[in-house]
Amino acid sequence: MQTQELVSIASQVRRDILRMVHGCQSGHPGGSLGCTDLLVSLYFEAMSLKLNTTNDQVVFNMSGLDEDVFFLSNGHISPVLYSVLARKGYFPVKELSTFRKINSRLQGHPTPHEHLEGIRIASGSLGQGLSVAIGVAQAKKLNNDSSVVYCLMGDGEQNEGQVWEAAMYAPHHKVDNLIAFIDVNGQQIDGPTEKIMNNRDLQLKYEAFGWKVLHVNGNDMAELQLCLKDAKNLLGNETPIMILMKTEMGAGVDFMMGSHKWHGVAPNDQQLEEALNQLSETLGDY
Amino acid sequence: MSKYTYETKKDTRSGFGAGMEFLSLTNPKVVALCADLIGSLKLEPFIKNCPERFFQTGIAEANMIGIASGLSIGGYIPFATTFANFGTGRVYDQIRQSVAYSGKNVKIACSHAGLTLGEDGATHQILEDIGLMKMLPGMVVINPCDYNQTKAATIAVANYTGPVYLRFGRPVVPVFTPEDQEFIIGKAITLIEGSDVSIFATGHLVWESILAADILKEKGIHAEVINIHTIKPLDTQAILESVKKTSCLVSAEEHQINGGLGDSIAQFLATTMPLPQEFVGVNDSFGESGKPADLMDKYGLNAVSIAEKALKAISRK
Repeated sequence: MQTQELVSIASQVRRDILRMVHGCQSGHPGGSLGCTDLLVSLYFEAMSLKLNTTNDQVVFNMSGLDEDVFFLSNGHISPVLYSVLARKGYFPVKELSTFRKINSRLQGHPTPHEHLEGIRIASGSLGQGLSVAIGVAQAKKLNNDSSVVYCLMGDGEQNEGQVWEAAMYAPHHKVDNLIAFIDVNGQQIDGPTEKIMNNRDLQLKYEAFGWKVLHVNGNDMAELQLCLKDAKNLLGNETPIMILMKTEMGAGVDFMMGSHKWHGVAPNDQQLEEALNQLSETLGDY
Repeated sequence: MSKYTYETKKDTRSGFGAGMEFLSLTNPKVVALCADLIGSLKLEPFIKNCPERFFQTGIAEANMIGIASGLSIGGYIPFATTFANFGTGRVYDQIRQSVAYSGKNVKIACSHAGLTLGEDGATHQILEDIGLMKMLPGMVVINPCDYNQTKAATIAVANYTGPVYLRFGRPVVPVFTPEDQEFIIGKAITLIEGSDVSIFATGHLVWESILAADILKEKGIHAEVINIHTIKPLDTQAILESVKKTSCLVSAEEHQINGGLGDSIAQFLATTMPLPQEFVGVNDSFGESGKPADLMDKYGLNAVSIAEKALKAISRK
């Protein structure tokens, strides 16, 4: 897909995120906006997904056998995942309006409990997604399935001990069909990561555990496309791949960037209007 | 004396190992994970038969639960194994989110539950695991009584789709369950019929309850002994049918009274048929180091205590 097409989809996804969070006056817009370009580039280009041959619609199969699968470990950025899944055709786009409301399948944090197509695991309690992704990658190997497992974590999430249990396990077991990302936006709830719990050098840490580490600007679509191609070329070398993805929280909305203020705050009516004015409605609002 | 006798004593964890050995040969979807306790969990035959289906996680239980959940997504039937303390309490949130809430077909199979772990002491003697696991929506909780039943339960839970906590122990205990007895999840087994008091027991306390019935028989009291190997879902029908005959009951378990089998039974009967109930279990206390039999005596988890509680329950009718 052309970079410009992906950029165009990302604009709509950002509109969806803002409208969803505004609609229920809760949720996490900052990190969702920051990771929009990654999720769009994954689902609309990099990932090989199973499509219905007659109408090109996505077919959801829990096992993810013979297709690429993505796991969101930092589940609080659910709005971006929900929007991308809906825009990809996993479930009706209009369902995005139910986000975080009672009787919705779009829970505050993603879960397969409500049988929402595209969701394979619950996340929200941090630090668990990488382990799950590794398990799926190992199941793929047992099944002689050559498709790829992707997993996104937050940089604040690196505080969790389980992340490092998984970091130690994957290279030991040569899980080389896995591409993981850390959203390095430098922020966590109580402030900048370097003040709250300094990750120091994530590249050195993961390399010491045995990972191949790449870097990318996560808000540059063209750079993301190239990086994902590079990463895929590195698969199958007995080493899992970690991509340190520098992003800006709130990317795409000028007054939401450069601050941690919008981690878990919804815009009011006026702020929503101001934000939407900066993003083209490319695919039609839900 | 009761009709129950035994020729050998074996540990329930070896029953688990035998069940896994059977599954290694019969069910290619079964995989096993272990957090650096292969010998304790008796997994050697499984690993020998299908090394590609075994995953050593090292001493990293939280990661093990997540990997197990991932393997289940990929269509496998993972048994995540370690000591009961590390496989439940230590990783409660991982089980809650990545297994129970996510509805994954993961079997958490844990040895060394309860006081009978012995000399290692209270850090390892979890007495809260049944309660922790039964509180999770959708979680099946099973605590078989001997080697044969643990083997049968292991095979049965592999054939059941959904999250299961399978709890067993370290010491050798009498093997009295028939080798060919079918294990039906959620179906209690009446071992001795009686009319004066119902004894509902699970795990290692089932044999002690049989011995308690002998003690009571000498006093002219006919106790009914029922093996509740599945704490959740509870066989409420079997419980109700029994107490309708006996009008009083004792629960017996190697677990905290708070949150265990007795708790589940009391909760059920409170809303259907409230009756005098006495509880044999650990009473809001941690364990300690010692020989398993000495610990069970000290904490009142034996046939004598069960018989005493039965007399008390009868006196309250």
